[in-house]
Amino acid sequence: MAELSLQLGIVVGYLVLALGIGLVAYRVTENVAEDYYLANRSIGTLVLLFTTFATLLSAFTFFGGPNLAYARGPEWILVMGVMDGVLFAILWYLIGYKQWLIGQQEGYVTLSEMLGDRFGSTRLRGLVAGISLFWLFPYVMLQQMGAGEALTGLTGGAIPYWAGAALITAFMILYVVIAGMRGVAWTDTIQGLFMLSVVWIALGWVLSAVGGPSGATAALESSNPEFLALGSDFYTPAYIISTAVVIAFGVTMFPQINQRFFVAGSDRVLKRSFVLWPALVLLLFVPTFLLGTWAAGLGIEVPEGANVLPVLLSEYTPAWFAALVIAGALAAMMSSSDSMLLSGSSYFIRDLYRPFVDPTLSESREAWLARGGVAAFATATFVASLSRPGTLIEVGNTAFGGFAQLTLPVMVALYWQGTTRNGILAGIVGSQLLYLSHVFVPAVPVDLAGTTVSLFARTYGGWDVALAAMALGALLTVGVSLLTTPAGDEDDSRFVVGAD
Amino acid sequence: MTARIRTLLWVVTFSVIVGLSVPWFLWGDPRTAAGLPIWLWWHIGWMGLASVVFYLFTRTDWDRYMGVTDG
Repeated sequence: MAELSLQLGIVVGYLVLALGIGLVAYRVTENVAEDYYLANRSIGTLVLLFTTFATLLSAFTFFGGPNLAYARGPEWILVMGVMDGVLFAILWYLIGYKQWLIGQQEGYVTLSEMLGDRFGSTRLRGLVAGISLFWLFPYVMLQQMGAGEALTGLTGGAIPYWAGAALITAFMILYVVIAGMRGVAWTDTIQGLFMLSVVWIALGWVLSAVGGPSGATAALESSNPEFLALGSDFYTPAYIISTAVVIAFGVTMFPQINQRFFVAGSDRVLKRSFVLWPALVLLLFVPTFLLGTWAAGLGIEVPEGANVLPVLLSEYTPAWFAALVIAGALAAMMSSSDSMLLSGSSYFIRDLYRPFVDPTLSESREAWLARGGVAAFATATFVASLSRPGTLIEVGNTAFGGFAQLTLPVMVALYWQGTTRNGILAGIVGSQLLYLSHVFVPAVPVDLAGTTVSLFARTYGGWDVALAAMALGALLTVGVSLLTTPAGDEDDSRFVVGAD
Repeated sequence: MTARIRTLLWVVTFSVIVGLSVPWFLWGDPRTAAGLPIWLWWHIGWMGLASVVFYLFTRTDWDRYMGVTDG
């Protein structure tokens, strides 16, 4: 019982700290939409780096990823490195820096707003916002489910699932409503630093007990020697490449990540973050995934439905430290969810409500409505998470692929002035339809020249169908743009920067 | 012409950085050094190299491809 209250004390203390930071941020936030959503485009290197980083991290860092390494070996470190460390950094430059420059010049707050203005189309603006919210909603729901399960697991069932999810949701609403982007970015920074420290302390603790990395690896060599060889039936080149490419491209169009492209205080901030990115990815994912892998050699038994990292830590570290790591995992989930709520709300209010319902909305009234949007969005995902609908879970799990479909049409538009409204509409709609059909239509086996091929399966020959849909999106955007002429209200000078 | 060669060099450099983040030539290799698989050591070193290349890029041609003149 003493252990339970200690664990709860650590988690609640952590939540209260986040709330305190939110209050401080509230005191310096002006009540206009641009400041609420973007902290007046004034974010510095450390905070931008960590808010983006923490936003990228989810339950997968502490639970799903180490579980996968425990069951299949540590190659996910490579997937993470290629995906987040290198590909995302390059997209950070190609999409992020370009969007930042355009945002500085034109004052955009969201991706949909930027595209709608460039192509003179409210319909395009609403479409991009609608697609983004469609994929975002279930993804937020998954984070709440993860938080609920983590608290239930930590307290051995003393806190029921619904109460855990409700507690996290209430705290998030409270501090996102109060604090806006500035508060979210500050708490993300604390959360990111906290996660990094906790992970390295955990690694040191476990390794000192088992004779260092050599000892841990020797144990693994006798239990699972196949984990040490690069690649397996599960980690095929097709799997590694598909996963890394789809997720890296998908991440850039997640509203909470994309919106961060607008918040940097100067180009130096973007440059430094770009340089530090690969190192930061290594620092977090190498220890977490190695701990999961080594657990397999240390004879750790993971009960059905539990996660390997907490089980490993309860074996080698005291209870208060295991609770700290759970708090770290909650931090990972909250730091992505709070940003998703804020960005989701800005997409909804700014790109759907304002253009289609109330075009006369003022900036300060928008900032208040945005807060209402955060509360409504979080409550809706919470209510949905209680019944755990299978369809929504499926959409959440395929969200990266869904967002990845937006990336290439947007890149074409950013760099090629010949892009037309019809071109980008065709690219976005065509790729979404192809991808959605594969998510929702059950696989149909078809006999093709003697070999059986599954149509509408998620992968073809081990390659994710999202890649094909992405290529289709790019082709349609370019092809239809070539075949059509721009409408009168399209303005291709909007994406030209530094020409003044 | 030199600008084109420079651009080509960056494209090749970034492609190599992405392409060899996974040491494909060590596929199936189970050897370890100092407690970690050697393919993981490669990856760790390669990410460090990526950071260095990224730094050089920000110091040189970062703005060249965005049409920004600095101001």
